[in-house]
Amino acid sequence: MSQRPLSPHLGVYKFMYTMSLSILHRITGCAAAAGFLLFAWWLMALASGPAAYAAAMHSLGSPFAKLLLVGFTFSFVYHFCNGIRHLVWDTGRGLERAHARRSGAAVIIAALLLTAVVVWLGCRAMGFSVPGAG
Amino acid sequence: MSLRTPLAKVLGRGSAGEGVGHWWVQRVTAVALLPLTSWFVVSLLGQPLQSYDAMRGWLGQPWVAVLTILLVFTLAWHAKLGVQVVIEDYVHGKGAKTTLLLLSTFIHAGAAVAAVFAILRLAIA
Repeated sequence: MSQRPLSPHLGVYKFMYTMSLSILHRITGCAAAAGFLLFAWWLMALASGPAAYAAAMHSLGSPFAKLLLVGFTFSFVYHFCNGIRHLVWDTGRGLERAHARRSGAAVIIAALLLTAVVVWLGCRAMGFSVPGAG
Repeated sequence: MSLRTPLAKVLGRGSAGEGVGHWWVQRVTAVALLPLTSWFVVSLLGQPLQSYDAMRGWLGQPWVAVLTILLVFTLAWHAKLGVQVVIEDYVHGKGAKTTLLLLSTFIHAGAAVAAVFAILRLAIA
């Protein structure tokens, strides 16, 4: 068993920036799965009544929780954008090196912009003070 | 000349014996999640999240509840399949791998059932 070649055999490849986008897809996917657990916990708090919901929302307002929520937001948004890139690849398009690098850059830019937008909207919906949200 | 038996060719399940089912369901759930998550994020962030009554009223609406339940099932399934691939790729000990795969399945199923129960309670009770 241990003598067999194992699936992601990373040592034999020359590093390219598109590789880090690929591994980031897995990392953000796992982070988003953890975010799903938080989402289920939040729904259970809402279903448990006003006191439980207020306590949950209070926990989500702590500095650590805010950082975590921003991390989950980026993870989800990046995985969403890069997932579209993967679905396009599945149709056989966009696999040439130059094209894959361009779409990779587009995904990074889109993910950062969308993260900023969602975090801003999220702060406003949570009632945190944000610039431009009166 | 192929060494595959005619039966193996017809069944098309490959060496792992599972065919392309895992790969395909990962794509089907991915496609479904594009509109479901987009709708949910936009709709959720338009709500006053600190207000219990407003959130309960929002999630209790029939279509919001139905779409959110669809989202929960699809998300849990997609996440379970994805985490499974990561565990299979990076955890090599048979015992540790099997334990983590079981744990991941149970956690995803548990979270999905809890989420759906919560939504139904808000929508029906």
